[in-house]
Amino acid sequence: MAESPARRGALRRPGLLNQLLWVSERSMASEVTPSPTGDELIAPRAIRPIAEWLADLGAVVIGWITSLGNISLFTLRTLSWMFARLPRRDTLLPAFYQIGVLSLPVVALTGTFIGMVLAVQSYSQFRMLHLETRLGAVINMSLVRELGPVLAATMLAGRVGSAMAAELGTMRVTEQIDALASMGANPIFYLVVPRFLGCLLLIPALTIMADFMGIVGGWFYCIVILNIDAHHYWEHSQAFVGSFDLFSGVFKSFFFGAAISLISCHRGFHCDPGAEGVGRAATGAFVYSFVTILAIDLMLGILLDSIYYTLWPEAGRLI
Amino acid sequence: MRSARPISLCHASQEFTDMMSRNTAPTAHEHDAQQALIEVRSLHVTFGRQRVLRDINLHVPRGQTLAIIGESGCGKTVLMKTIIALVRPTRGTVLFDGSDMFALRERELSQQRTRFGFVFQGAALFDSMTVFQNVAFPLKEHTRKSLEEITSMVHARIREVGLPLSVLEKKPAELSGGMRKRVGLARALILEPEVMLYDEPTTGLDPIMSDVINELILRTRRRHPVTSILVTHDMRTAHKVADRIVMLYPLSRLSADESQILFDGTVDEIDHADDPRVTQFVRGEARERLMEIGEAV
Repeated sequence: MAESPARRGALRRPGLLNQLLWVSERSMASEVTPSPTGDELIAPRAIRPIAEWLADLGAVVIGWITSLGNISLFTLRTLSWMFARLPRRDTLLPAFYQIGVLSLPVVALTGTFIGMVLAVQSYSQFRMLHLETRLGAVINMSLVRELGPVLAATMLAGRVGSAMAAELGTMRVTEQIDALASMGANPIFYLVVPRFLGCLLLIPALTIMADFMGIVGGWFYCIVILNIDAHHYWEHSQAFVGSFDLFSGVFKSFFFGAAISLISCHRGFHCDPGAEGVGRAATGAFVYSFVTILAIDLMLGILLDSIYYTLWPEAGRLI
Repeated sequence: MRSARPISLCHASQEFTDMMSRNTAPTAHEHDAQQALIEVRSLHVTFGRQRVLRDINLHVPRGQTLAIIGESGCGKTVLMKTIIALVRPTRGTVLFDGSDMFALRERELSQQRTRFGFVFQGAALFDSMTVFQNVAFPLKEHTRKSLEEITSMVHARIREVGLPLSVLEKKPAELSGGMRKRVGLARALILEPEVMLYDEPTTGLDPIMSDVINELILRTRRRHPVTSILVTHDMRTAHKVADRIVMLYPLSRLSADESQILFDGTVDEIDHADDPRVTQFVRGEARERLMEIGEAV
């Protein structure tokens, strides 16, 4: 019945690490030095840093794999409910309003500023080469392909993603999600699907708004403030920015929207108890969403580029 | 580590039947005749590395009011949430009206859950909705009733729990704790469930409001033929409303061969229980528990 002090000590130390340490201590003590001398303590101490490092690494890897599996299942359940039936209007419309309408002003404002900032930063270098009129191509291309979609997604992750995680986290902590399930309503269908659809369907609109306002901001700074020739500015823009660039930006935004909603809802659903848990869920939602946005951006950027040069091989030669 | 102690009263259904034969509540013969509406079979629940429930067996006959008592952290709420399949057991299962709750498809489970009414500890009302929307939610979700019908049913339930109709347009945050509990009760009752589950219904309420909730539970039982399971650590509530009491004990304080159900019997029996751990809880005595250091492993 009674446990040895070594075993009790090992149990009190949390995690995989301690199990491993306990096993290593026991095995080293019994196999390497059978006699109970002071030497038996040397072997465990020598192996401890390596065991600790291995165990920590293992714990991190296991944690990542578990989280990945968890969010994959969450995504599958969301998708299966999305195709099973359409959510009710009274759950869909508030989500759309919150995600789309209320995010529009802040996305438009940041889009305008980023357009102007691009102009400010590039102007001096381009002026040295007497290529000021080419600014239109640079600014508009950067906006449409990269900055517009990434900026809209970042704003959505910050404004809506964190709020969704905090709201669902509070619902989890106060048992409102359990209450939903106990009344025979599926929490994924009721809470996640409307938010997922809102992000998925409205982020392209927000991206186009960010693109448009960025172009307006760039135009304002270049043409109105710096007095660059408008005709050539737009001519270069038209020559370099094609419909595929616009498409690639909007196409990427669908993935960003899906990632933001799924990550944020998942963080909220698996929120730890208490105010601290809700806070962590909200912060985690933004951080993980942002990292995922950039990772998706890189992968889709490479993919879309290769598609572009496969479809139009002469485009590379022209440049 | 705590040494194994003899358990004065038992947990197994056979022993429960023997106990019942000594009391005024259903006799052994009657008990056998009643088919268990809810049957918990060898239930084990573990969260990560923490074991919460171990080998729980319970039969709840139709129409019975069962109080599950025990100190905080002993797994009462987890047991109740497992009964309605909000928590998935590590081993064992729950049969409701003969069907395994964990073998059902998602839609079937949703349908079965509408036969339960769950009153949560903090009421768990939806913050973003008004009281009316909260109470009407199950009706909108599961029936095709018109707005007029829904309104009249909501009004009836709100009156039944003793609240004025003026609360209907308020948000849950504007209500007191007692009012929220009543709204939670009205919401749980709206689909006229066969089973009512109450999670610590009087916790955090003043003595008067606690008694109001107790009376409402009794009134609910009189008006609707329900089977009720009540999780509480309030002995007044248990005495007042329960036909049968089951006491759980935290696993961290039990040895491997002890049953987690320390007591299973009637309200009268618990007052004369032999097990000092049961009497300690019933009388609310601190005894050796004043210092928790070194107790939990």
